Amino acid sequence: MNPIMNQDPAAPSSTPAPAPPPRAAAKPVALSVRDLRAGYAGGAAVLKGVSLDISERRVTAIIGPSGCGKSTLIRCLNRLHEALPGAFCDGQIMLGGRSVLDWDPVLLRREVGMVFQRPNPFPTMNIFDNVAAGLTLNGERDRAKIAERVESSLRRAALWDEVKDKLKSPGTGLSGGQQQRLCIARALAVEPRVLLMDEPCSALDPVATARIEELLLEIKETLTVVIVTHNMQQAARVSEYTAFMLSGELVEFGPTQGLFTKPADKRTEDYVTGRFG
Amino acid sequence: MNSSYARRRRVNALMLALTALCAAVSASVLLGILGYIAWRGASSLSWAFLTRLPAPVGETGGGIANAIVGSAKVVGTAALLGIPVGVASGLYLAEYGRRGRFGFLVRYAADVMNGVPSIVIGLFAYALVVMPMKRFSALSGSVALALIMIPVVLRSTEDFVGQVPGTIREAALALGVPRWKAVAFVVLPTARRGILTASLLALSRAAGETAPLIFTSFGSPYWDQGLLNPIATLPQTLYNYAISPYEDWHRQAWAAALVLMLFVLAVNASARLWLRPPQGSSS
Amino acid sequence: MGCAAPVIPPPTGRGRARVPGPRERAGDAFFRRALAVAASLILLVALALAWQLASASRQTWTSLGPAFLWRTGWNPVDDSFGALPFLYGTAVTSALAMLIALPLGVGSAIFLTELAPRRAAQALSFAVELLAAVPSVILGLMGVFLLVPAVRAVEPPLSRALGFLPLFRGAPYGVGLLSAGLILAVMILPYITAISREVLLTVPRPLKEGMHALGATRWEVVRGVCLPYARTGIAGAAFLALGRALGETMAVTMVIGNAPTISASLFSPAYTMSAVIANELAEAAGDAHLSALIAVGLTLFALTVVINGLARLLIYRLENRS
Repeated sequence: MNPIMNQDPAAPSSTPAPAPPPRAAAKPVALSVRDLRAGYAGGAAVLKGVSLDISERRVTAIIGPSGCGKSTLIRCLNRLHEALPGAFCDGQIMLGGRSVLDWDPVLLRREVGMVFQRPNPFPTMNIFDNVAAGLTLNGERDRAKIAERVESSLRRAALWDEVKDKLKSPGTGLSGGQQQRLCIARALAVEPRVLLMDEPCSALDPVATARIEELLLEIKETLTVVIVTHNMQQAARVSEYTAFMLSGELVEFGPTQGLFTKPADKRTEDYVTGRFG
Repeated sequence: MNSSYARRRRVNALMLALTALCAAVSASVLLGILGYIAWRGASSLSWAFLTRLPAPVGETGGGIANAIVGSAKVVGTAALLGIPVGVASGLYLAEYGRRGRFGFLVRYAADVMNGVPSIVIGLFAYALVVMPMKRFSALSGSVALALIMIPVVLRSTEDFVGQVPGTIREAALALGVPRWKAVAFVVLPTARRGILTASLLALSRAAGETAPLIFTSFGSPYWDQGLLNPIATLPQTLYNYAISPYEDWHRQAWAAALVLMLFVLAVNASARLWLRPPQGSSS
Repeated sequence: MGCAAPVIPPPTGRGRARVPGPRERAGDAFFRRALAVAASLILLVALALAWQLASASRQTWTSLGPAFLWRTGWNPVDDSFGALPFLYGTAVTSALAMLIALPLGVGSAIFLTELAPRRAAQALSFAVELLAAVPSVILGLMGVFLLVPAVRAVEPPLSRALGFLPLFRGAPYGVGLLSAGLILAVMILPYITAISREVLLTVPRPLKEGMHALGATRWEVVRGVCLPYARTGIAGAAFLALGRALGETMAVTMVIGNAPTISASLFSPAYTMSAVIANELAEAAGDAHLSALIAVGLTLFALTVVINGLARLLIYRLENRS
């Protein structure tokens, strides 16, 4: 249904990868990042050449102290970073064998969805319209299809049972955790291949956090998740792969268990054992 | 020490009492105006007054129905001309013109226009519309009032759109929505309450304007005859009656004042009360 | 743009080239340009306003030059035009209004922010905002039938008490500079109160508490901390109010007496720039008269632009501080 989906994912890229990944993932690669540099208006680079491969249908966590560039990194993946005035981004990001910089950012973002730090349902829309927003704003008119997609997305976000009787009430009336799951449903309704999550639980209480972690385990069956978190336990619980970043550089990247139990780098060890600082 | 403290206490009490007196004077001026108009106007207000045409000069009786309809037309047309332009330019400033020369110039021009006396705006509408067409017209009055409304709506739209959290904008973009749709269908509706309020306030101000209408819409004793002909408006009819030598017209001026004031204050007050946001809607 | 050659995508070295989806990009550009067109309208209007007024009053400026501003005769019948009486009337009425409204407004604002219980302050502020919304023609009506007779009654005793000053001499007409100044004061009072109140609300609490902790009385805190802190903003409010007073038309026209004379007495009828335009434009006697009236309008426009420019400057500076 989406023209982009029909493209041959194996199409050769126009440029060869400049460097091998630090540690190749075992699974097929969903996103491959090479030598990514990025920064903000009038400032030095926040990302200083990051390369990593993100495996398909796995959860990849990005951890690191605040200011290390982890949010900037995932905001480059759906090119939301460059929507900020003066922000710059250089390097190569491949999605399905094609550089994301060759995509129209608008179409790219339908493939690479995002959930933000604070729940941000559209305040003028009810629950149904919030979930349907990605479809209706892009011109989908088929009501039956929209309704079906809203229900399935709410089910995948584990919110359907709680809201099915009040789909017409405002999304901002839900609790914080429900709002965040509503935002997840809204992102899923567009049927992206990749879901980026920028500290999705930092504004939530432990119970709401646990629910989101649970549903992550389910949705990764069908899509690739990249989650930025400042919470190492969360990374350990939900992810297969973890990347540790420090001052705009990727220090270490590998299977989560290995990174937490036998870190190869001293700095990683200091960070995961809490001796950082 | 003690006597100096007592003196300070006395100064304190005196000055604070003076400020209270200031506030009392300000408030009583308003109440006095409202009360007096209500008293003088109510005695002359009648159904016939609201539904009849003015009586010929020299005869008593008659009404201001044509002026009420005329005001509605002139102000309504002004709103149709002015509000979309004000909203669109305010949206431009908030979304694309926060920095840069063009944005600054537009913002400055709006502030200047906001301070330009309404009579000068009327003069401009006269030179722009009346002189080339060689006739007074409802349209020229509407243009003048629209020019009065635009800067108000523009600056408020800019403010309210600017207050929409960036995360709302980003959430829409992250869904793969083109930027213009994100702005038009997500950001703008989020600010709609404030924009609507500002538009109502601008409308209530335009409805009471008299100066720019004297030599644009000009006035007329008849029913409205289309946008290209002179038309009666409520404030201007009130003005003509007030400065006339006839006792009966003075009486009608008070009644017209009551009608005008009720309309202006009702729109104004309800817009202000409505603007107060429900708790927790802004973050 | 009539290039017929097929568009060859630029080389995608390091993946920097962007091949936009045709529909979205075009929509974004169109939307932005449409909004920019609307935004440029206000800019065009401001420029066109100045240009129109200048060109429509050219006849006056070429025949009289700047002397138009300090000539005194105004007699359309024999084509004699001088704007000084209007400048004088505008200046005196505005000054009188500021003299009355500034202390009253700032005083009210102090009461509203520092003294009144929150509920009362809210209700009073609301009333002040409503007062600002009362159409000026209604205030003029009040002026004609209420204020003018009152002033007429007050003038003789005032003259007996203060008649040694030329300001308070003359026949009690009722209509004149005094009535106009009073009604203008009522008109600008809400602006001064509302803006001063907003400025006073921004005074940081710790500053005030620090002074209280030193044992200062409330008034001493207001004088020592609040007013100095809010000075710039109150000056901005004053300039904005002055801009309004200079251009205010209807209420003034109805009570000033409309006589193009210059007199030292506040009791004497006078004329303002806006009033003469309101009264004479629709029935201008000829091209010279029309041109002179528009020249008065241009002068008024220039004056308010300068005053408002100053006010904006003060307020922008204030915004940068906070």
